[in-house]
Formats: sequence, C-alpha cells, structure tokens
Amino acid sequence: MAIKTEPFILNMGPQHPSTHGVFRMKVTLDGEVVVDVEPVIGYLHRGIEKLAEGRTYTQNIPFTDRLDYLASMTNNFAYVLAVEKLAGIKVPERVEYLRIIVAEMMRISSHLMAVGFFLNDLGAMMTPMLYMFREREKLLDLFDMVCGQRLTYNYMRIGGVSQDIPDDFLPALKRFVAEMPGFIDEYDQLLAENEILLVRTKGVGVLPKDLAINIAASGPVLRASGVDWDIRRDDTYSIYDRFDFDIPIGNVGDCYDRYWVRMQEMSQSIRILEQAIAQLPEGKVCADVPQLLRPPIGEVYGHIEAPKGELGFYLVSDNSISPYRFHIRPPTLINLTALKDMVIGWKVADLIITFGSMDVCLGEIDR
Amino acid sequence: MTTVFNVEYAAKKIIEAFPDSVAVVVKVAVVVNSNSLYQVAEFLKDTSGFEFDYLNNLTAVDYIDYFEVVYNLNSLEHNHSLVLKTRCYDRNRPVVPSVISLWRAADYQEREIYDLMGITFEGHPNLKRLLLWEGFMGHPLRRDYL
Amino acid sequence: MTLLEQFQLWLASMWPDWAAYITPAIVGILVIIIFVLTMVMVIIYFERRFMARFQIRLGPNRCGPEGILQPIADAIKVLFKEDIVPAKGDKLVHWIAPIVVFVPILMIFAVVPIHKGAILVDLNVGIVYVVAISSLSTVGIYMAGWAANNKYALISALRTIAQMVSYELPVVLSILGVVLMVGSLSMNQIVDSQSIPFILLQPLGFIIFFLGTLAEMNRCPFDLLEAESEIIAGYHIEYSGMKFALFYLGEYGHAVAYSCIITTLFLSGWRGPLLPPIIWFLIKIMVVFALIVWIRSTIPRLRVDQLMAFAWKCMLPMAVINLFIVAAEVLWLPEVFPWIMIAVNFAFACALVLLWSKLFVLGGGRVEV
Repeated sequence: MAIKTEPFILNMGPQHPSTHGVFRMKVTLDGEVVVDVEPVIGYLHRGIEKLAEGRTYTQNIPFTDRLDYLASMTNNFAYVLAVEKLAGIKVPERVEYLRIIVAEMMRISSHLMAVGFFLNDLGAMMTPMLYMFREREKLLDLFDMVCGQRLTYNYMRIGGVSQDIPDDFLPALKRFVAEMPGFIDEYDQLLAENEILLVRTKGVGVLPKDLAINIAASGPVLRASGVDWDIRRDDTYSIYDRFDFDIPIGNVGDCYDRYWVRMQEMSQSIRILEQAIAQLPEGKVCADVPQLLRPPIGEVYGHIEAPKGELGFYLVSDNSISPYRFHIRPPTLINLTALKDMVIGWKVADLIITFGSMDVCLGEIDR
Repeated sequence: MTTVFNVEYAAKKIIEAFPDSVAVVVKVAVVVNSNSLYQVAEFLKDTSGFEFDYLNNLTAVDYIDYFEVVYNLNSLEHNHSLVLKTRCYDRNRPVVPSVISLWRAADYQEREIYDLMGITFEGHPNLKRLLLWEGFMGHPLRRDYL
Repeated sequence: MTLLEQFQLWLASMWPDWAAYITPAIVGILVIIIFVLTMVMVIIYFERRFMARFQIRLGPNRCGPEGILQPIADAIKVLFKEDIVPAKGDKLVHWIAPIVVFVPILMIFAVVPIHKGAILVDLNVGIVYVVAISSLSTVGIYMAGWAANNKYALISALRTIAQMVSYELPVVLSILGVVLMVGSLSMNQIVDSQSIPFILLQPLGFIIFFLGTLAEMNRCPFDLLEAESEIIAGYHIEYSGMKFALFYLGEYGHAVAYSCIITTLFLSGWRGPLLPPIIWFLIKIMVVFALIVWIRSTIPRLRVDQLMAFAWKCMLPMAVINLFIVAAEVLWLPEVFPWIMIAVNFAFACALVLLWSKLFVLGGGRVEV
C-alpha cells in the first residue's frame, strides 16, 4: 500500500549550530531527503561597501577585517594590494615577506577552523575541533605578538605594515613551523582512515568540474573538483613566484576531497613559511605613502587567493581621498551558488556536511 | 601570471561578429551596448581563442549619468582576463540582460546588484533582493541614496 | 532468596502482614532511586571530566574540589529554569512524555543484581523484562517529538522509531546466546553461572550487544535523534526546566542501566576476587561507561540510511550466526573444556567481523527526486 506523503519545509537557521553564523536555509524535505534548498542571507549585512565610500583608503582597512573574520589578515592583504595596484605604490622587500608570512599563517588558521568545524558537523563531538583549536591558539598568540590583536588585526597599511615584528616573533614562528607537520600527522591519524568519516564524506555533495568552473567556485572548493587553479601561482601577486609549493588537487569534488585539499594546503603553507622565514630580509616596513592617499582616476580589480577562495576588491578612484566605488568579491557567497545542485537528493545530514565542507563565513557573505 | 587580453583586439573581433555592439573602447575594458551584451558574452565564452569560461566578478558602478555594469572575465584554459562593461543611461529603469545562462556565477551577484544598485537583469529566473529584505525602499549603493 | 525477602520475613515475625509486605517494597524502591540518581550524577561528572581529557582540556573544575559539585550546580540551575510549553504544542502529551521516558529506565534497575541476593525482584524472566521495559521509553521519546510541534523534534521522533525497531532485533538475538548458555532467563542465574565471564565465551555476542545498546541509548555514533549539528537537540528541543532535566536524567539513567545490563550479562556481574562484590560491580559499570565515552569522543556520527543498513545488513545476520554457533556449542561441546570454546568463538568473531567489513560498504544514499 502506498502511503500518501507530502514534502514539508524546514527552516534551518538563522540560529542553528551548524550554519556557521546567521545563515538561513529554507529546506524542502521529503522525509529525510532534501528536495529543495533556498539560501536566505543578509542577516549580517552591515553595508560595508556603502560605508567605505565615505572613508579614506586607510580608514577602510578595518572594514576588511570584518569580512571573513577567520582570515582577517588575508582580507587586509587583498585590499592593500588592490589599492597599491590602483595607486602604483611599490612596497619594500621586507614588507612583501612579512605579508606573505602572516597570510600563510592565516591560511593555516582558517583551514584548521574549517576542518575542525566540518568534523563537528559530522558529529565528532568537538574532539577534532579542539585539537585544531590547540594549534590555532598558537597562531593567534603569534598574531598577538605581531600586532596586538587576536581576531581583527588591522595590521597591513597601504604601502607596508603597521609595525615591524618583535624580536621574539621569529623564534616562536620557527618553533611553530617545526612542530606543525607533526600535528598535521596527528590529525591524519585521528581522521584520515576513520571508517565513518570515509562513508559519510566519500561521494557526498559532489561538485562536478564543469559546474565548479561555471559557478566560478574558487579556493579549495574549486581545486577539490579537479581544477588546477590557484591564484598564487596562476596570477602571481606579491612575491609568490619566489616560493616553491605544490597545489593539491582533488579528483571527485566530494566533501572528502574538500577536506583533503585543506589538509594538504596546510602542509604547503608550512613549506612557504619555511622558505619565507629563511629569505626574510631587513629593511623598512612601510613605503613612503602620503597620509591622505589620492590615487589617480581609474579602476582596479585586485584578487588574491584567500583561504576560502578568490577574494577580490574592485575599486574605482575619482582622485579623491575616498574610493568612489568599493566592491568586494566574496568567495564563499559565490561558492554557495552550487549548494542546491550539490545536495538535492541527499539527506539532511549530508546537507549539513556539504555546507560545512564549503567553509563559509557569514561576515563575508553578507558584508 | 594571468595576461590581460588585448582590449583593442578583442573589440575588433567583437565588432566583426556583431557590427554595432561596441560602444566605446576604454583603456582597460570593452564597453558594449546593453542590448547586445548577451550575444557578446556568449561570443566571448564560446569562441576559441577567447574562451572566457570563468566569471570572476560582476559588479556595477553608479556614475550619476549612467550605470556601468562590470564583468571581470577570466579564462582558466588560456589564463587571460578581460573586462567587459556595459552602460545603461535610464536612471529610473536600468535594464541589462542577464548572463546567468552562460555563467551561473552571475546568480547571486546579479541579485546583489539588483538589490543594492537597482539594475534589473532581464532573464534572471529568481531576481529577488539578496541582502536586504523585501519591501526595503530604495537602492543603497546608488550615489543619490542618503 | 533475595535480601529483601529475608527482610520481609524478619519483619513479618513482629509486624502485621500488610506492613511487612509494603515496607520492604518502599525501602527497595528508595534504594534504587537513590542509587540511580547518585550514579547518574557520578557518571555525568565522570563523563565531562573524562571526555575533557580526550579533548585536551580540563573540564569542570570550579565547583568544589576538582569540580565534584558541578552536577549539583547543574541540577539546581535546571530546576530554577522557566518551564516553557510551546503555544501550539500538545500540552498534555508534552507533560507526560518526560515521565514516560524516565520511569521505564528506573524500572530496569528492579532486576539488576548488584550483590549476591541484592535484587529488588528476582524475576524468572528477568532479561525479557529488561528488553520489554527498555523499549517503552521509545514511546516517550516519540511523544516528546510529537508534542513539541517542532519539525526538528518530529524528524528526531521518526528517527527514534526506525532506530529502535532495527536495533532491538540484534540486541535480543545476542541476549539469546547468553540465555542458551545459562539455561535461564533470571538475572541472578545469569550471574551465578558466569565462572568465566561471557565476554570471553561470546565475544561476538558482546560486540553486537554493545553496539546495539549504544544505538538504544542514543549514544555516539548512533546519536542521530539528538544530532546536534543536524536537528539541534532532537526530541527535547522544546523542553526546559525540570522536564528537560528528566530527559537528561533519562539519558544518563539509560546509560547506567545498560552499563549494568552489560556488566551482568557479559562481565559476570558483581563477581570478582578480593574486593567486595559491590565495588566490583561499580568498577565494571564505570569501565563499560568509559568505553562508551571513549567512543563518543572519538568518532563521527553515521547517517540515517547507513545506520539502518548497519543494523539490518551487518548486525542482524551476525547475531543470527552467533546464535547458531552458540546453540551448536551448547549442544555438542562438553562443558568441561570451556577454553576450547573461547578459542573457537574468538576465531569466529574475528573472521565474521573481518568478513562483514569487507562485504558491506555503507556508502551511497543519494535518492533521485
């Protein structure tokens, strides 16, 4: 006997433990099976793009901290690079290295959070996440040494960085770089061959290669789908061409690949850090830049490889002290375009882990 | 390193294919008429030699006299990039054809521009406000919104 | 003769019959309630501290020495919370559900022998009674999920029913192995006949029973009905205050109850050398519970279809095979050589577990819609 059933709508979020912020999904369910997903965003909209039009270029740096608050330093980096490109500023050698060091530290920190919370979404009861937090805590202490902040750093300036690193920073960073591969091995022991992790994530939430390109997915999400594209290498910015590193590529584009790519990228970031520390030159930490910068009339699109994907800034200057247009290309918002295609037909639990494996940050999506 | 595609050359090729589509060629970008935008975008996406399969960024700028919609295109295969622009002069009802059927990346970005800048994208299947709520008055990113 | 019956006889020699009948019953019930509540507090504290060690943190250490008063502080906090009933919920069912969940769990303890003769009633169908009673709390969970008028709770309630129905079968079949060997359903008899703990004689039965009970008491990796990351808290999402506390007690009471049952069935109950039986019993409960906490803090959760597949494809056939093996051994192997049986059963357990892990892959799960 066929029982008459009807789909029902489950409202997930904005308050929900695994929506990573104030994300809301209107999920249509047929029993446990997801029939339709409609993301609803905007609960954290602060109008940063509008606010930035009324402030000077330097005053806008703190806004970028509040985009992806798990990778603030990288956002600073993307913004100051775009402004420097717009104004044609050349930064000192030491600054380039310092920026790359903090950006790669930030990448490790952000990936640790991403993997940790992904495992939490899988139901691993906090344990992997707290192991990840242990290392993130060390990174935050290092950031604290650099700029006195632990979350919103506001470290970079147009033409340089706000201050030079203290003397005890490099030894501490070297110690971290030396011991971090051991910790990554420890995570692998805990997770990589875990039978339940494998059956839950392999083949789940597949993002095919052509779709990934079509929706302009970026970062680990794109690379997990098998696209060999990393802006650090393919559109080199700063001095990434001086470092030797590999770009891990997944082949299926499922949740496991996204997890795996992040784990590998951490090791690669460690490699970049090792080289950057070895090559770090002495010198000035800020170029001579006018206090009130007035870039020439023009526009620029600067993008970098943030931990979560391609973070771009589109700036238009009218030769005044504040940007005429300040647009942010949020990587995670655009990655989310494919969420619906990835989860239709899977269970609620798969919706959660697929969403978790995309590593979204609502500060960035809503701006 | 991504090479910037030669704008002059791109404009020449586009004009060959669609005679009166290109409005202006500025230093960094090809500006096309909004009514032929879709054809040009399709041309850029599918023609060999261009193959811009990756829409990096889509945004709009309010220049008071006109709105400019900016498409930052990229080709993963050839690793080159091009900026495509279109302008719409009607301030009360700016309309641009949607490119969502070419690049689905445009989905949220077009909704965002519709939301904040008030430009209608014709052919978008789900053109609703993205960040602000339904019923919000005005479009905040316009220069005359205070 | 149990201690309570002796107590009753002694009273009957000086009190009227009805008083001699009622007093031991009340005393017994009080002892059980106090035992359960104390054990629940102890294991809540134990779990929090022990799991904190797995997670490289300290755990509660502020209330009293080493945080030992933390469960009491929690209890007080929960008691003073406002009791919220959803406006569109089914108020009567919402009110009854926590009781329906908690009472059967208390009733399980009636047949748990914690010492020689220390059992409330020595039912001759003791283990069947446990199986029957422990399934009742499922009804309470379903009622809670239904009454809250909340979709998360409803999903959780539906998951409960499916999970319980599936896991009851392998659990009962693995119990049957023990029963065959003992030749009695009484819990006292089961303990008495374990000169060698049954975990050695029936390793496969122990594994199946242990995993099945993990599912029955909704512990990781089968904690789908309160999957925090998916359906938040599941069936008790709309509960607060004392009603929530009853669910909480029920959950941990369930854990204690099943630790007791596992101890009784497979770890030879209160028997042990040197130390007094009650200490042995408590040690064994804590060891079983520590194993549960270890699993909880290590591995992720299964998905709902994988959970069902695991029950029907892996555990049920293995339980049946285990039952056949035990039956054959009881029939043909002479009782004088238990060591042969241990060796044979360990070999069978390893072979079957390996075989099944190769045979079945819990993957897939996508449905065309």
